Amino acid sequence: MTHAAFLTSSGNTSDDADRARYRRVTTLLGLLLLASMTLSLSLGSFPTSIDQVVHALVAPQNSDIAFIVWELRLPRILLAVLVGAALAIAGAILQGIVRNPLASPDVIGITSGAAMAAVVFLALFTTSLSIHWLPAAALLGALLSALLVFLLAWRHGITPTRMVLVGIGLSAAMSAVTTLVIVISDDSSAMVAYVWLTGSLYAAQWQDVLGIMPWLLVAVPLCLTQARQMDAMALGDQVAQGLGVNVLRSRLLLMACSVALAGAAVAFAGGLSFVGLIAPHIAARLVGRSFTRLAPIAGLVGALIVLYADLLGRVAFLPKDLPAGIFVSGVGAPFFVYLLHRTRADTRG
Amino acid sequence: MLTGRFSRIAGLLLGLVVVALAFAASVMLGSTKIAPPTFAQALLHYDPSRVAHIIILKERLPRAVIAALVGASLAMAGVLMQTVTRNPLASPSILGINAGAMFFVVIAVSLLPLHTPAQYVWAALLGALVAAGLVVALSRGRQGELSSLRVVLAGVAITAMFVSFSQGLLIIDQQSFESVLYWLAGSVSGRELSLVVPLLPFFASALVLCVLLVRHANALLLDDDMVKGLGMPASAIKLLLGLAVILLAGSSVALAGMIGFVGLIVPHMARGLFGVDHRWLLPACALLGASLLLLADVASRFLMAPQDVPVGVMTALIGTPFFIYLARRTQA
Repeated sequence: MTHAAFLTSSGNTSDDADRARYRRVTTLLGLLLLASMTLSLSLGSFPTSIDQVVHALVAPQNSDIAFIVWELRLPRILLAVLVGAALAIAGAILQGIVRNPLASPDVIGITSGAAMAAVVFLALFTTSLSIHWLPAAALLGALLSALLVFLLAWRHGITPTRMVLVGIGLSAAMSAVTTLVIVISDDSSAMVAYVWLTGSLYAAQWQDVLGIMPWLLVAVPLCLTQARQMDAMALGDQVAQGLGVNVLRSRLLLMACSVALAGAAVAFAGGLSFVGLIAPHIAARLVGRSFTRLAPIAGLVGALIVLYADLLGRVAFLPKDLPAGIFVSGVGAPFFVYLLHRTRADTRG
Repeated sequence: MLTGRFSRIAGLLLGLVVVALAFAASVMLGSTKIAPPTFAQALLHYDPSRVAHIIILKERLPRAVIAALVGASLAMAGVLMQTVTRNPLASPSILGINAGAMFFVVIAVSLLPLHTPAQYVWAALLGALVAAGLVVALSRGRQGELSSLRVVLAGVAITAMFVSFSQGLLIIDQQSFESVLYWLAGSVSGRELSLVVPLLPFFASALVLCVLLVRHANALLLDDDMVKGLGMPASAIKLLLGLAVILLAGSSVALAGMIGFVGLIVPHMARGLFGVDHRWLLPACALLGASLLLLADVASRFLMAPQDVPVGVMTALIGTPFFIYLARRTQA
């Protein structure tokens, strides 16, 4: 669907058809997600049947299976779902703002800022502080670097192009510092840092799930309130202003949502690249680019991607537990190349 | 800016002097200081029983030669890329060429029995070719034009792809951790001169391409229609210059890993001094690139002494403010 079409199409039959399609896609993806979560709950190094898992879920007893399901698998699966959804929605917002399907939370320095903070934390503070502070450090790094990108790109206001270019430059510097810290720290902590950089949900706990929740609960509704403005800005700043949108205010609000979502996701799961890049594409193919519909579907798609990547990492190479990030980029990167090739005709440069 | 032929020749000669001074600094400065007479002695009457002579011949000299060679190559690759893509932000590192070469080298080192640069330079060239092809294919707009933002974003995505592939490989095969880390960081230390020699043909053929195509490169400063009007095939010129870029960047990565920003900064400095004519620009880039990497390498020895900082980290830290300055200037 083209950008112009959805603004003029309110109230006619094609809109009804779109709505029905949206409802159908949402239901299908929702059911698929639930089924996948159940499947993932029952698979692992300790074999459990779906019966046993369901039983342990509804009537938890003091058994091994209840412990495995409740304390080991469920928090990890929930975290995968939340992280995937957060990254995907952050990507959808960013691609909308930059008006370019190649943008992702990585390009405005969020991922590399979090990575730098996390690696510095792992190398310098693990002796004096508990590892539980790692997400806080990473989140702080993400927020600070996004702020820095914003300040450096500010020149009588902010344009998406300038922001992306500044973000790329700053990312390069922060990656250099990350590399430096890894090179000068000893091998074992370097390996921990590397697994973190690739993106892993290993040893996720309930407190991680509770830690990421508030960010989603605040940022997702907030960005949906700006959906109309987002759709208007897709037509260009001047058109949006003509339609009565305060472009700068909306852009800042949406940016803040994107940073909060991506920052929180990266803080708890490390650098899972490509989720924020490909999930919005898949969602746009399913339900079009209207943000009210795009964001929830992108969230569901992102959740599914990370869920399956983590499942593969957990069970495909037993007894090794490989980081989910390997599978996300292994599948995501080629798919991204393919998508880009297909969509290049209907995007502007 | 230097305008006349005479002042430009003087400028290039001065550049040569700067390279020579930086080269001497690279040989003499470090945790062990070397006096100039010792350097001369080591070259003329090598005595393997003297520690200083061993340091010079086995450590400092190769390091300086590689830094100069790689610096010059990356800077020339950068200016050619900026001309071909007509994008001031293009460079081998930003557009993912270095990352592609690195990933293929990592595969060659960890999965195939290839261990010296002469053996895996082919992997590096192939990787550079694949990455360049991907970036060009992905960043073309509807009419085949290369838009500035799209090229850069495609490059970032390609870089992210190859870097995360390398990281994945690294986590699966932890034995190759050390060597991969080396490629990711970019470093000119710990290589012997004998490793450089087999790569010289690659650098030399790129140089020949540059010399042959220097006038055609100038024509690309006009738009494609005007190039055709001059009777030159624009796409063939771009293809051949792209080949030179791949040879230069690929061999550099095979020697020294991912070293960013030299290819970005130096062309802008050289253009500010010598203008846009490639007959002056290319040699100027080579000289400035060599001196920049030599000096960055010298600085990297003192930044966190006694630990060596990878020179790729140094160039990224020097280059970022400059990149942000350029990005702020783009009108968009």
